[in-house]
Amino acid sequence: MTGYSKLLMSAAVCLAGAGAEAKTLVYCSEGSPEGFDPAPYTAGTTFDASSRPIYNRLVEFEKGTTNVVPGLAESWEVSEDGLQYTFRLRPGVTFHTTDWFTPTREMTADDVIFSFERQRDAANPWNQYTAGISYEYFNSMDMGSLIESIEKVDDLTVRFNLTRPEAPFLANLAMDFASIMSKEYADQLEAEGRMSDLNQQPVGTGPFQLVAYQQDAVIRYSSNPTYWNGQQPIDDLVFAITTDPAVRLQKLQAGECHIMPYPAPADIEAIRADESLTLMEQPGLNVAYLAYNTQVPPFDNPQVRRALNMAMNKQAIIDAVFQGTGETAKNPIPPTMWSYSEETQDDAYDPEAARQMLEEAGVTDLSMKVWAMPVQRPYMPNARRTAELIQEDFAAIGVDVEIVSYEWGEYLERSSAEDRDGAVILGWTGDNGDPDNFLGVLLSCAGVGEANRAQWCNEEFSDLINQAKATADQEERAELYRQAQAIFKEEAPWATIAHSTVFMPMSNRVQGYIMSPLGSHHFEGVDIAE
Amino acid sequence: MTATPDLANKPPAGTRRQMLAEFWFYFSQNRGAVIGLWVTVALILVALAAPLLAPHAPSMQYRDAFLVPPFWQEGGSTRFLLGTDAIGRDILSRLIYGSRYSLFIGSVVVSIALVGGIVIGLIAGFFGGWVDAVIMRVMDVILAFPSLLLALVLVAVLGPGLTNAMIAIALVLQPHFARLTRAAVMAEKNREYVVASQVAGAGRLRLMFRTILPNCLAPLIVQGTLSFSNAILDAAALGFLGMGAQPPTPEWGTMLAEAREFILRAWWVVTFPGLAILITVLAINLMGDGLRDALDPKLKRS
Amino acid sequence: MIRFILGKLLYLVPTFIGVTIVAFGFVRVLPGDPVLLMAGERGITPERYQQLMQQLGYDQPVWRQYLEFLGRLFQGDLGESLVTKSPVLSEFLTLFPATVELALCAILLATLIGIPAGVLAAVKRGSWFDQVSMGTALIGYSMPIFWWGLLLIILFSGVLGWTPVSGRISLLFFFPEVTGFMLIDSLLSGQDGAFGSAVAHLILPTIVLATIPLAVIARQTRSAMLEVLGEDYVRTARAKGLPWRRVVGIHALRNAMIPVVTTIGLQIGVLMAGAILTETIFSWPGIGKWMVDSIFRRDYPAVQGGLLMVAAIVMAVNLIVDLLYGLINPRIRHV
Repeated sequence: MTGYSKLLMSAAVCLAGAGAEAKTLVYCSEGSPEGFDPAPYTAGTTFDASSRPIYNRLVEFEKGTTNVVPGLAESWEVSEDGLQYTFRLRPGVTFHTTDWFTPTREMTADDVIFSFERQRDAANPWNQYTAGISYEYFNSMDMGSLIESIEKVDDLTVRFNLTRPEAPFLANLAMDFASIMSKEYADQLEAEGRMSDLNQQPVGTGPFQLVAYQQDAVIRYSSNPTYWNGQQPIDDLVFAITTDPAVRLQKLQAGECHIMPYPAPADIEAIRADESLTLMEQPGLNVAYLAYNTQVPPFDNPQVRRALNMAMNKQAIIDAVFQGTGETAKNPIPPTMWSYSEETQDDAYDPEAARQMLEEAGVTDLSMKVWAMPVQRPYMPNARRTAELIQEDFAAIGVDVEIVSYEWGEYLERSSAEDRDGAVILGWTGDNGDPDNFLGVLLSCAGVGEANRAQWCNEEFSDLINQAKATADQEERAELYRQAQAIFKEEAPWATIAHSTVFMPMSNRVQGYIMSPLGSHHFEGVDIAE
Repeated sequence: MTATPDLANKPPAGTRRQMLAEFWFYFSQNRGAVIGLWVTVALILVALAAPLLAPHAPSMQYRDAFLVPPFWQEGGSTRFLLGTDAIGRDILSRLIYGSRYSLFIGSVVVSIALVGGIVIGLIAGFFGGWVDAVIMRVMDVILAFPSLLLALVLVAVLGPGLTNAMIAIALVLQPHFARLTRAAVMAEKNREYVVASQVAGAGRLRLMFRTILPNCLAPLIVQGTLSFSNAILDAAALGFLGMGAQPPTPEWGTMLAEAREFILRAWWVVTFPGLAILITVLAINLMGDGLRDALDPKLKRS
Repeated sequence: MIRFILGKLLYLVPTFIGVTIVAFGFVRVLPGDPVLLMAGERGITPERYQQLMQQLGYDQPVWRQYLEFLGRLFQGDLGESLVTKSPVLSEFLTLFPATVELALCAILLATLIGIPAGVLAAVKRGSWFDQVSMGTALIGYSMPIFWWGLLLIILFSGVLGWTPVSGRISLLFFFPEVTGFMLIDSLLSGQDGAFGSAVAHLILPTIVLATIPLAVIARQTRSAMLEVLGEDYVRTARAKGLPWRRVVGIHALRNAMIPVVTTIGLQIGVLMAGAILTETIFSWPGIGKWMVDSIFRRDYPAVQGGLLMVAAIVMAVNLIVDLLYGLINPRIRHV
């Protein structure tokens, strides 16, 4: 069959050659994927190279929004009590025909069940198909305890039974870990005793199929000729792995690639000035914050926290660290997210008033630590620099700041400790566009000692969040979240620093690229002009 | 540096002056070495007088002046002669203060490596046998790794930071000193004067430090200058990889690492720290060449 | 001779054991926890954490882990990368040719320029050529190469646009890997312009990586040459009226080459250190960049395996240099 597929490919090349050169889109990606099975990983870089070009989900995020639309499932029904989700699968969907696999059947409910069971059931032979693999997203979204069972109703109908109603469940199924894999391919690998190849030689239903991966250098895809959602305008998609943002830009300007993510904020001006380039931009679905430890005096006093918030010159941080590529944040969720509270009044930058407030609170000679992350993240280009600016700002109201930092893993661990000394700079990028993904994960009582870095447990706030999570109606939920944001602002467990803007520079020849608010990069339907 | 040869032995005052004069004669023959010496002296003065020379405090942030170019370029001003960095700090002032770090790094690393290497080498050479074998195999192990790679992993173990970077670099440079010392000890151990003083009842320790060591000082000094410049380069490389001095320390390698994202937008934040490293290392190497020529009797005759 | 070689090899055994201890030990005391890194900002429950530690075998006593490590090592198994989940050895071998290609080109450039320059400088001692070339050599020797690389990129790729920015070959060319050496594979592919593209991508990294070895070789050649030229037999040969060129070319050069060959061999360590920086700057997919990346993402098995392999290669090259030296110069065989 390998010979046959090669023959097909060369025939395709001949056909293309008759008309024009094969159309190739080159994407200068920011790093190497960890593997091509999306389920065990959490990094966007890995998803960009695996789940997004190669796979589909039952439901998908609509291009450019966080709305959930049909994917491999044509339609679905939710039972009255919110415990049963029944999906009708799209008929006639085929998996990729590659050098390493030729499907003999179309996608069915078996494939769907396989894709979830391997993550859910520790006894499944695919649960540990390579040593040390684990399904962090599946686990952290609590899917294990949420899903009671998955049943095959018929070949094209599959039903999820839940243990409790959960409003964000559909959105969760659109996330990368829920990509649908081929059971037939898995069976073949198992029979041949090379199960670990699932992670190196992927087979999906998506718009592109993997051709070759040269480690840390290049990933090559070709368009899927039998894609259920139509033929792609380009023939080949190439990821040129280039870790340095300045180098990525140079390659873009030199024409070595056509589109790139994450430009350095410092280069935005130069990109705007370059007439051969187009710069797309979008507010990121993220937030950068400084979380006080609300359990340690004097930071247990909201008055003190608000005073410090008022002493912070956020605009200077936007200018110096984000180079203007972001906006100051007043709420813990970004403005593009539904339920964002427009009414919130941010604490104005006012060192004099801040100093007075501190005095009123009886705090003098305060010295504190500010934690700066050692790594660059989409929500925070340079935490060190931010910390240095905060240090100067706080010094102006007589607060002495010591900047500390740890290795990233250690930083994440130590900053979770309830008795942590100091305020910590951190941030969050949304996974699925649901406000619960911010407010519930980062600020509810359940997160204390874990993702809730402020160690902040406010009963009233947490009740609102829990109530919203079990409510189906979006308007009702939005109102609850708005009330929660008001409490957040009053109590000020964080200084909300910024929502960064996400930029996507590309050659003028690139057509049809749509930015995802979730920060993922999709090339379905993208074309390149001759 | 010029005072070092008189540590050798303890000759009568007349001879010492004579040796010094001879040393200076050979050293000053080498024009490059003299230039290197003066540049180094100038650097030391700059480092000492940094607070007087620097127009601004090294960590002072001018919020109205992010990424201002050097004065001769459009948009620059004489307020910031070499421009400012991303958060409005004066680059010239940071370079001036940075000289302190580089010279400090060089001195500390060489001191640690020198003292450690000499002690280890003396022990190995003097005791011989299995002590020697074990010590020298350990040195072999260290030398089997490329120095920067080993230093990088060491710093990853110890945690990024200037102190740890210096320890790591000293550790990887130290075997060279140990080997040199050991070789010298082996050569001298059975010479008549050593045997004689042993017979006369000199203690082992005394013997090692007072008698043998001074005779292998010359190669150690040459190796010391070499290591000095290596230490500065390696520390800068570690800083560049984010494992050395941590910002806001105005260490040159760290400044380069911070500046890397601006290579297209602001050439001055990238160019000047590197130039400073190059000039410093070059000056010390020039001096090292001169020292070698002046101290190495083998080359003297030609 | 065989005894000499065997002796040398035996001598390396304790060193190699030391290397395994270092590679294993360092990595085991690296702070930061791979399990926590996998979880990222979202954190992890203590139970799940225990479970993962157990899965990865990090809950065992250290000596036990070391013995297991050694056992697998002798079967050629360096473990699996925590990040990519693929065998460390195969990752190393995939990336290794890129580093070898770059290092060979660099050492070739350094030798081809360094030796003639050194010889000429020695012969014309004190001339302007001597001064300029040795001055340049000293500058090269003092160069922070990571900065040098950035400057070259700004100038040749940014301002002038003469050379590609990074990578090994233009993405337009796609052919199967045969040898892993891009120069050879591009020729084998028969695609028009592929070889030229591979060469263009090699130029800047080669220059950067060759800078320090070039300076060292030039300086070493010059001083070795000077020493030989001062020897009695050279003087005698001259006095006998042999042509100067013949004296230099045949008698002096051959003897001067002994220390120079050793120097070239010993540059392998320097090259590996240089490769770390060069590959990082030029996004060159080789061992140096892989090691740095692995250190930063706390990929224990990769760092461990990489350290071990690199040290083994350095040791092997040093051994070969030693043996060559013994061949050229039989006097030292008895040591």
